[in-house]
Amino acid sequence: MLLIPCPWCGDRPETEFRYGGQAGITFPAEPESLDDAAWAGYLFMRDNPKGWFAERWVHAAGCRRWFGVTRHTVTNEILPEAPE
Amino acid sequence: MDRPFEHPGFLWEDRSPDGSYDVVIVGAGGHGLATAYYLAALHGVTSVAVLERGWLAGGNMARNTTIIRSNYLWDESAAIYEHSLKLWEGLEEELGYDVLFSRRGVLNLAHSLPDVREGVRRVNANRLNGVDAEWLTPDEIRKLVPILDTSDAPRFPVLGGTFQPRGGIAKHDHVAWAFARGAHARGVHLIQNCEVTGFRRAPDGSVTGVETSRGTIGAGRVALCAAGHTSVLAAKLGIPLPLQSHPLQALVSELLEPVLDTVVMSNAVHVYVSQAHKGELVMGAGIDAFNGYGQRGSFHVIEHQIAAAVELFPIFARAHVLRTWGGIVDVSPDASPILGLTPVGNVLINCGWGTGGFKATPGAGHVYADTIAHGRPHPLAEPFALERFTTGALIDEHGAAAVAH
Repeated sequence: MLLIPCPWCGDRPETEFRYGGQAGITFPAEPESLDDAAWAGYLFMRDNPKGWFAERWVHAAGCRRWFGVTRHTVTNEILPEAPE
Repeated sequence: MDRPFEHPGFLWEDRSPDGSYDVVIVGAGGHGLATAYYLAALHGVTSVAVLERGWLAGGNMARNTTIIRSNYLWDESAAIYEHSLKLWEGLEEELGYDVLFSRRGVLNLAHSLPDVREGVRRVNANRLNGVDAEWLTPDEIRKLVPILDTSDAPRFPVLGGTFQPRGGIAKHDHVAWAFARGAHARGVHLIQNCEVTGFRRAPDGSVTGVETSRGTIGAGRVALCAAGHTSVLAAKLGIPLPLQSHPLQALVSELLEPVLDTVVMSNAVHVYVSQAHKGELVMGAGIDAFNGYGQRGSFHVIEHQIAAAVELFPIFARAHVLRTWGGIVDVSPDASPILGLTPVGNVLINCGWGTGGFKATPGAGHVYADTIAHGRPHPLAEPFALERFTTGALIDEHGAAAVAH
């Protein structure tokens, strides 16, 4: 089980959290100007790296706040901030 | 004098790569091997290499729970999975090898009124598509699976279930070996310990070969068949994919006397279980929530599926878990596969089978081989093109495919 560092509650077990997937996906500023391919990109296309991945979690059974971490998808090592 | 443990004859040869092939298949799992077999057997394409990063059929093909069924809701899914089931039915004759295909029936339980409505609807949809399906009442389920608790005692009592008698299980290793043997006999090269690290591109961007840990290999067409690692390869080609790779765990118990001769799946309390030929209970459930390439997941997922299994089958409470493990499954947004051409010339993809790829092994290989050989999607693959995420014509099997993904 992952031990996830909540910025407000400290290290807590994974069962208290819900996963939010890739970080930094923002709603398009002008959605009506997007063509189908760009809309598909926003809606469906996601990075899926083997390695470091900036992702979001919500501390659903704790403080209920969202936050980002950078996790290695092979080793599950977690950095509270983006690497480099 | 005969040695008591003499190694049996090899079924196929572990090759070194030649300089180039008409078709290079990336990934020697079940789908890759089946694709190679059908390319050679049905399309006369024998200049084929199957490149494998690790060892033959050592990824998800060695890690799945071997359930075979075709009771999917939507027409497109029913068509391709039923195509696969029909190939399973003749596979041992086709390949001349026993894959221990056991048509013991697959039972999908309903535990709530929405489950019942979904199940009955799916039975009707299946019948319209020529897929065998029956709705069973709790009494009928009690006769079929006596050890299942069909009383009112469980928190989520069994209210009925859908049953596909033609479904079942097969021995995954034998399936891989049978396809490898058949492909090898037709001149396909099976190359292990050969990781694809890049692609050779022509000036127009089309692919002319692959860079590997064992040198450059020229290729007329490159067919990706890498399941959980598809995104890693596609990223090297600049093809955005809607896939997320997740751990999917499974477990086996110690060997037990025969107690269960049906595959039982429950979406609501979430476990699926069968008893393998050898006697172990084989169980699985859902993916771990996070993205992962580590081939392992979190223990609370195992705990959850065992809790579900013990709730359904009280006699399992004293069985011991022998082993748990994880594979990497490539999950698509609509829980349906992606099979066909890509924006990059000479590159084809077969991916996104997520948690359900094993049952599709012969069907996916058959359809993919046809797609590769003719350079256009097989009719059964047309709905599963990558373009559906742009056009919006999704095949949403999330929650419609008899089991959660």
